[in-house]
Amino acid sequence: MTAIASQDRPAEPGSLPLRMRLAAAGLDGVTLLVLPAALGLVLLFVYPFLYGLVLSFEPKVGGALANYERFFSDPYFSNTIGTTMWIALPVTILNLLLAIPIAFRVRLMRRQRLLTTILVLPITLGTVLVAEGMLFYFGPQGWFNRALMTIGLISSPVRLVHNYWGVVISLVITGFPFTFLLTLSYITGIDPSLEQAAATLGAKPASRFRHIFWPLLLPGLAITFCLSFVQAYSVFPSAVLVGEPAAATRVISIAAYQAAFEDYDYSMASAVAMVMAATQLVVVLLVFAGRSLVYRGPVATGKG
Amino acid sequence: MNLAVKAATPQSGRSPDSRAEASRPPAFKELRLDGVRRDFGAVNALRDLTLTIRRGQFVALLGPSGCGKSTALNCIAGLLPVTGGSIRLDDKRIDTLRTEERGFGMVFQNYALFPHMTVRRNVGFGLKMRGVPTAQAEKRIDEALRLVHLTDHGHKLPGQLSGGQQQRVAIARAIVIEPPLVLMDEPLSNLDAKLRLEMRQEIRRIHGQLGSTTIYVTHDQEEALSLADRIVVLRDGVIRQVGTPAELYGAPAHLDVADFMGYRNRINGRLVGNAGGLAQVDIGGGTLEGAPRGELKGETAVVAVRPDDLVPARPGQAGIAATVEAIEYRGREFHGVARSAAGAELHFASSAPLGVGSPVSLTANKDQVLVFPPEDK
Repeated sequence: MTAIASQDRPAEPGSLPLRMRLAAAGLDGVTLLVLPAALGLVLLFVYPFLYGLVLSFEPKVGGALANYERFFSDPYFSNTIGTTMWIALPVTILNLLLAIPIAFRVRLMRRQRLLTTILVLPITLGTVLVAEGMLFYFGPQGWFNRALMTIGLISSPVRLVHNYWGVVISLVITGFPFTFLLTLSYITGIDPSLEQAAATLGAKPASRFRHIFWPLLLPGLAITFCLSFVQAYSVFPSAVLVGEPAAATRVISIAAYQAAFEDYDYSMASAVAMVMAATQLVVVLLVFAGRSLVYRGPVATGKG
Repeated sequence: MNLAVKAATPQSGRSPDSRAEASRPPAFKELRLDGVRRDFGAVNALRDLTLTIRRGQFVALLGPSGCGKSTALNCIAGLLPVTGGSIRLDDKRIDTLRTEERGFGMVFQNYALFPHMTVRRNVGFGLKMRGVPTAQAEKRIDEALRLVHLTDHGHKLPGQLSGGQQQRVAIARAIVIEPPLVLMDEPLSNLDAKLRLEMRQEIRRIHGQLGSTTIYVTHDQEEALSLADRIVVLRDGVIRQVGTPAELYGAPAHLDVADFMGYRNRINGRLVGNAGGLAQVDIGGGTLEGAPRGELKGETAVVAVRPDDLVPARPGQAGIAATVEAIEYRGREFHGVARSAAGAELHFASSAPLGVGSPVSLTANKDQVLVFPPEDK
């Protein structure tokens, strides 16, 4: 705003005031508003990250790479990557597969807000509350098993907590709202007249999804996938509370926690954290590489 | 050039054989809407719409916003289910069919081009859905693009085209499937004035060249008058008048249709005479004479006259006494606003600039004046 106002003032020919030259380069008073966030980012993310990175190369014993050598040579550590992936990837995909059809239906509903509120509620509960609820509900004496046994569907309780499935269920419950909200916003962003146009051209619902919605949705789904995946990948509370933290759900964050607070080896913990960051970055980059191959332009029509 | 001239001739004189090479819209005789209703909750967007559209016609649905014209089009396209009545294509009932089963071409107000597909793939989409073999489809896409003069733009994405080009892609996409019926929903409303005129000619040319049947929704009477063979004027979900452009322009049946057809002066007055096909109305400060429309009874009537037909009286000629309130230059003549002695606002045309505040005596030829019953609804 100041930049525009200052242009009204007559400037001496030849030499523009510094302020106007800066404004022309995109720097004006408004730019300063970025500072608090930038500062916060440096203090809370960049510095700790770099500190941890350096720390990971200063192991208690051995050379600079000793921590990483230990991580990848000791299955107790290296297996956590697979364990975490084995939880995070299916959960993310499952959340997406659930979110897409529901969002497609909700998009057409008049009382969207009510349903959205109900679906989003779990996000406000927090992982611990959900885990607690699951322990009672899905436990051997919980309603779930008792109900199934009463109607004779099963003869002995199904184990759905303190194992792999407990973590998966917990992550679906807490992760779904987030995935759903993102998916819904991407789906409602697609101009409904595109589907109508496809219908007038003879496309049946399946074709309309395949040729119109799916390609336009894909870039958004890729981003949704990445954000949901990163959330699931850093699972910690539910892996401990409703999982089997010693074996099937010994995820990478547990390894980092143990290194830091049970072995008091901050250097090793930092190395684990770095591996964690690197591995999820690989997945994110792969998804984005795939995303770059598809259409990513506007999803509304030209000049509507 | 030749084609454009030919296309401008009314449909009645055109034989089906004169249609351009490859395009053969499936033969049907007429589309019949019979008592079609559409309610949105308690709101009747469309009430008892009965209309027959014959093959080859260019029909415009004209009306102010909210009159139900788009609703009617969407019902025909199948994008909105009807809540009553039936739509038949000859003897086949189609209002129960899904949109994709009707196979009508539709051009949307916002074009609705698939943003992720090239122009060619957009145009070819309908053919692909119909399983037309690739070689044949390519040929038809070429033809359609040639028809809309976009041959060199086939590889582009819609986002890279101008508004007018996008509009033409939308038309090509709708006609390439050779639909029995082409539906257009205010297709020109997003274009600027110059482009709108050009595209108007294009649409008329394409309609003529293909011999297709077109239903065109618009709120612009000029567009309707210049494009259509037949105009259907809608208001509040009800048909007010159906007729050729000349009929509607010269002899609107109702006051609101007259309003739409440019009769900007609608002056309430006292009916002082009605005999021999001429009615006289005293509007205060003078009397206007014109053809009665509708049943005139009672003491009051409304006189409708276009601003262009209300002119200053010659010396000695009787006229309505009024005072000039504003005058503006319109190129060939002046457009003025005057206030009659009775307080009515009169829009008139004048060849000379008149001073604001000066008295003026206005008159109109009785052939250009219509007299309606009051509060005709």
